[in-house]
Amino acid sequence: MSTGIYLDNNATTMVSPEVVEEMMPFFSEQYGNPSSMHQFGDKVGRALKKARQQVQALLGAEHDSEIIFTSCGTEADSTAILSALKAQPDRKDIITTVVEHPAVLSLCEYLEKEGYTVHYLKVDKKGRLDMQEYIRLLSDKVAIVSVMWANNESGTLFPITEMAELASSAGVMFHTDAVQAVGKLPINLKESAIDMLSLSGHKLHAPKGIGVLYLRRGVRFRPLLRGGHQERGRRAGTENSASIVGLGKACEMALSAMAQEKTTVKALRDRLEHGILSQVSHCFVTGDPGNRLPNTCNIAFEYIEGEAILLLLNKMGIAASSGSACTSGSLEPSHVMRAMDIPYTAAHGSVRFSLSRYNSQADVDKVIEAVPPIIEKLRKLSPYWSGNGPVEDPEKAFAPTYA
Amino acid sequence: MWDYSEKVQDHFYNPRNAGAIEGANGTGDVGSLSCGDALRLTLKVDPDSDKILDAGFQTFGCGSAIASSSALTEMIKGMTLDDALTVSNQDIADYLDGLPPEKMHCSVMGREALQAAVANYRGEEWKDDHEEGALVCKCFAIDEVMIEDTVRANNLSTVEEVTNYTKAGGGCSACHEGIEEILTRVLAEQGVAFDPNAKIDMPKATQPKLTNIQRMKRIEELLDEIRPNLQRDKGDVELVEVDGKNIYVNMVGACGGCQMASVTLGGIQQHLAEGLGEFIQVMPSQELARQAGA
Ligand SMILES: Cc1ncc(COP(=O)(O)O)c(C=O)c1O
Repeated sequence: MSTGIYLDNNATTMVSPEVVEEMMPFFSEQYGNPSSMHQFGDKVGRALKKARQQVQALLGAEHDSEIIFTSCGTEADSTAILSALKAQPDRKDIITTVVEHPAVLSLCEYLEKEGYTVHYLKVDKKGRLDMQEYIRLLSDKVAIVSVMWANNESGTLFPITEMAELASSAGVMFHTDAVQAVGKLPINLKESAIDMLSLSGHKLHAPKGIGVLYLRRGVRFRPLLRGGHQERGRRAGTENSASIVGLGKACEMALSAMAQEKTTVKALRDRLEHGILSQVSHCFVTGDPGNRLPNTCNIAFEYIEGEAILLLLNKMGIAASSGSACTSGSLEPSHVMRAMDIPYTAAHGSVRFSLSRYNSQADVDKVIEAVPPIIEKLRKLSPYWSGNGPVEDPEKAFAPTYA
Repeated sequence: MWDYSEKVQDHFYNPRNAGAIEGANGTGDVGSLSCGDALRLTLKVDPDSDKILDAGFQTFGCGSAIASSSALTEMIKGMTLDDALTVSNQDIADYLDGLPPEKMHCSVMGREALQAAVANYRGEEWKDDHEEGALVCKCFAIDEVMIEDTVRANNLSTVEEVTNYTKAGGGCSACHEGIEEILTRVLAEQGVAFDPNAKIDMPKATQPKLTNIQRMKRIEELLDEIRPNLQRDKGDVELVEVDGKNIYVNMVGACGGCQMASVTLGGIQQHLAEGLGEFIQVMPSQELARQAGA
């Protein structure tokens, strides 16, 4: 399927060929342990230093020692939140949002069982937060605020720099899961009040299984993994040197391609979105279209189900993803769609197209051509649909037992 | 990506009998919008022969919901209503060469639509008595509601008991944390705290260890003790095989297809376990065939 059209870049991205090339030596001749005193280790140690600086540059961090390599985005999220709780045992409250990634949400649900109080900020129909609600919740009981920069499903952006300032003036630590934002938006941490930030390599054309926790110098910290002195004792375990080198290269490339995100990639996304919306009735963009990632477009197709759409797209070599219940094996559609109060008949039919700078206009045009007949085919099967539109008063005309 | 069989894919990509049929005289609407599946089944029944002349479906749902609907219509066309009603959700899944455990509820929906459509044709009212929860045990496709109900009905208090009664947690064991959470919740309703270290108090086997023959006889005696209960409901139970702690039985008569079969099995299991003074697991004999086939 390597000839297919990949529009699922918020799930994971292709590893750039340049990144692969940089990594290769670290699987063969460059096998030294960076902590060792000899030349084998020294070379790897230098490569890690360079990678750390490449990450630092992309994030606009003040010091390279603020970069801690982790095994993934999830580990960075867990480390940040658990560290804040352990370092401030008197503070038992957490502020987060209802639309976080499970990497934060499941941890918070678990922490509630352990006796912590979690405040989940709600979102409106466009996925936006209520800043007044947030300000009211900030207090000296709060150990940490953890809010994602960009939503993985809708692409909606939260006002992270402002929220970090507010937390800072209330004396509360601030963490952001920026896994979807890094590489797609310019970030300048040294001029922000953000204390901690998580990123994940595989969302920006580096390999899977490598992440970073940015930790502002001076922020109180307790490691998740204790052991050796790697990462200055803040994350023990011999470094995944090949992946770290790959992540460094990917960050360097993302920085130099940053302008493309809001020009080329955004233009492709808009073309796709317009192409679909102008041809298909009864569908709409979810989230906050005026304030979202340049690569993401999430469209809810009413009266049909997302997994069925994905299977038919896949048959044509097109990869996307959906917030329907069936794609995840759960019984509820995506918590993000539900939080925005998208009706069930549309939430199950939401499809996310997420692009990258490796997509072409030809890709997008093929998708614009493929989507309308797929939607039409499935609507023909739907009990809510008849002819060219939904049946009259669809929720009443078809009201199955135990709906 | 789901591991869909070729058959499922075929019925999804090329659905048979899609759409409402002309002149239908039986309609069944079932489903659950929150879990993303809903189905309308229309039937054309010949009033003289009671045969299904034509069947059509409209489905709002995923790949396997569409495939199950399509399969169902193919299976029941030409059947009499009574024969069609014996089609079980397992039959639908088997017809499609199996469904992933997360997707078994799609085949349940097909069977319910059929019951609803037949009831509609006969002018009866159909009531759904089936509730569904989030899938907990992926190995044996056991959902939350099933575990909760079993815990309540049998006053269970340990994960091991839940496994013995429902099979949930008897495979890879990854869902044990989830089962503990359910136990914690249900026990809390009764004002009891869940104790992860609790041992099930089984009557200790005071008598000397039984020989295989004695044990088999004892099992038969114990089954005889509960037989009158089953016969009152026009059912019965046969002992098929004893393999260590696994005891395979055949539920016959009314007990065979009845909704309560799993609960009944649970009751038999408890009775045998207490009578033998050891852990045993009672399973339907179809399980033997399935294991042999696997
Ligand atoms: C917003 C967000 N946070 C966290 C993660 C988890 O990252 P990882 O897969 O590296 O653990 C993801 C991606 O899956 C994500 O989209």
